[in-house]
This record gives sequence, C-alpha cells and structure tokens, in this order.
Amino acid sequence: MTQSSAGEDWPATMFRLMADSGVDLFAYVPDAGNKRLIECADASNEARTVLLTTEEEGLAICAGADLVGKRAVLCMQSSGLGNCVNYLSLVNGGKFPLLMMLSMRGDYGEQNPWQYPMGQAVDAIFEAMGVLTFKVEKPEDLEKATTAALHATGPGAQSAAIILTQKFLGAKAF
Amino acid sequence: MSDAKIDRRELLPQLFENPDDYLFVSGLAGAAKDTSALTDDGDNLYTMAGTMGAAVPMGLGVALNAPDRKVVVVTGDGELLMGIGSLVTVASMAPANLSIVCIDNAQHGETGGQSGHTGKSTDLETMAKGAGIAATMTITDPGRIKGGVEFLASGTGPRFLNVRVTDGAPSAYKRNMDPAACRHRFRNAFLGNG
Repeated sequence: MTQSSAGEDWPATMFRLMADSGVDLFAYVPDAGNKRLIECADASNEARTVLLTTEEEGLAICAGADLVGKRAVLCMQSSGLGNCVNYLSLVNGGKFPLLMMLSMRGDYGEQNPWQYPMGQAVDAIFEAMGVLTFKVEKPEDLEKATTAALHATGPGAQSAAIILTQKFLGAKAF
Repeated sequence: MSDAKIDRRELLPQLFENPDDYLFVSGLAGAAKDTSALTDDGDNLYTMAGTMGAAVPMGLGVALNAPDRKVVVVTGDGELLMGIGSLVTVASMAPANLSIVCIDNAQHGETGGQSGHTGKSTDLETMAKGAGIAATMTITDPGRIKGGVEFLASGTGPRFLNVRVTDGAPSAYKRNMDPAACRHRFRNAFLGNG
C-alpha cells in the first residue's frame, strides 16, 4: 500500500542503533510506519514491546523507565502527538530525556484530509514543548538522524523525536 | 459513595506499614498529598501535580524495569478515569510486582469537590476486571483495611485495590513540586541502591 523511497530494511538498522544504545523498551501505538521496527523488537531478546491504548500513556511509561535508569522509545503516528501534548509537560518540566519516533501523515502526498491539520502542526508542537526533532527525508538520513536523537536523549539529556517524513516513508494510497 | 466509611488520611499508613519497602508513583492532588505524608516525601516516591492520568502508566514503566522491587501506584478516581485505558496495558503486560491503589472519593476534591462518575453507577473494580486484571478488591469499611493489607501481600500482581473513602480532606502535607528535582531525587536513590 505504500510506495517508499526508504531502504530495504531501515527498521532493522534503526532497531540495531537503538538497542546498541541501551533502548530496550519499545512502547507503541501501531502504525504502518513502525510495524517492522516493532517486529524487530519483538524478534529480539534484547528488547520488549508495550502495546498502548493511547500515545500519552507511552510517554508516562518511558518516564517511569527513566526513573529507574532505563531507556525507552515511544513509537507513534504523527496524529498521536496531539494526544501527548499535556504529558509533554512532564517531559519538559521534569527534564525527562525521552525518545520518540514519529511516522508522519499529512505532510507530503497525503490523500486523507483528516490527516493534514495534525500533521502540519507537528513541528510547532514539538517546538512549543521543547522537544528536539531530527527528520528523515532520504534513506541516507536514517542512520544519522537516529544516531543524533540517541545522542541527544542519552549523553545530551534532551528529549527528542525522530521524524520519518512521507518523503521517506511514502504516502498511503486511497 | 454513600457506602464509604474510610477516612483517607488513615488509609495509607495502615496499608503500608513499612513504606521504605516500596517504590511509589502517585497521581496529582489528594493522592500525592496522602502518599507524600506516608513517605515524608521520600526518595522512593514520584508525585505528580499535573498530567492527570499518568500515574498508572508511569508506575507500569517503573514496575517493568525494576522487576525486583515492589511498585505501588496511588491514584484517585478522577485521575484514574482520565487514563483508564492504561489498566488494559497493565493487564496485558502483567507485571507481578505492581499494585494499584485507587482512593475513590467519588469527587474531584482538588478543584472544588465536584461530583465524579463513581458516585453514580461506575464501578472501578469492575472496570479493572474488565481490563483483564485478575486480582482486584474493593473496600469501603475501615474494618476491611486489614483485608486490603493481606490482598496487597498475597498472590501475584498486577493487583487493583479500590478504596471508597469519605469526602474528607487529604493529608495536609507540602511536598516538593519541582518535577525535575523529584526525578533526580528518585533516580539517584534508586541507582545508588541498585
């Protein structure tokens, strides 16, 4: 259903980078853009996955992991960021260095009008709530952006999101 | 609830005779005041003063990543309902070391005592059961608190204990409300011990 410019198995690359940095909990709301990444985590004995009922739950779970010294990532579609906004108060105010992975809708080639308002608001929301963003538009961006986000949320002690754009993922056909 | 006879200020000290044995996460408002009074705002407690609904999932994150520690979430009926789906996630992940205590006063005490859903027909224990949490209990009478202690110490988690309390004030306790300072405090204590 998607026409992607992405490399063959970028999720395996992303998973390996995250796992090697100590990220061992993958909280997620299912999306086409994180399906394979979560499969990689499920297949690994170095990681565990947590299926969420709503995205903000994942921010709280990742913050709980941080309280006991562990690293986690919240994987969600861009629409889910809207559900997270108030919980970003915890991330920002508490200086929790949380890692997010967003798969975009409503930014490039989107055919579903419901996706545009939230998709177009992603950058403004992250900026307003003090979360750094690292975008993936081309296959060669994937490893660099993932590594940059892992550095920012590790030694850098910032909260950060890897944003997989629709230029990279391709747009869903309708 | 009209059947409630428990004074919330007397609840937690009876449920947790040795608070140092646990890691606590509490939701905002009255739950935070009661839990900080219990632990003297200890370094084994993370309280919230916002992000209503976040206590259960944050406690889940702690429990999954500290499997050798007993983890307790203290929440209220309003806070729990705002993130009620997290009970489903708790049930699916099934951390044996997690207990959830809901102080159910059937009102929004912090914002003026507005009536809550659990004063009508909503039953939180039934919702927890429906979410898939097998170990659940409700107590309404002070004489049953001992039963609650046994419940929290028995079997395997996750456990859900709903405590229907009267509409009295929570414990008077001024806790540290700086979320970053409290994060550092909790992490340093945990990792130092770890």
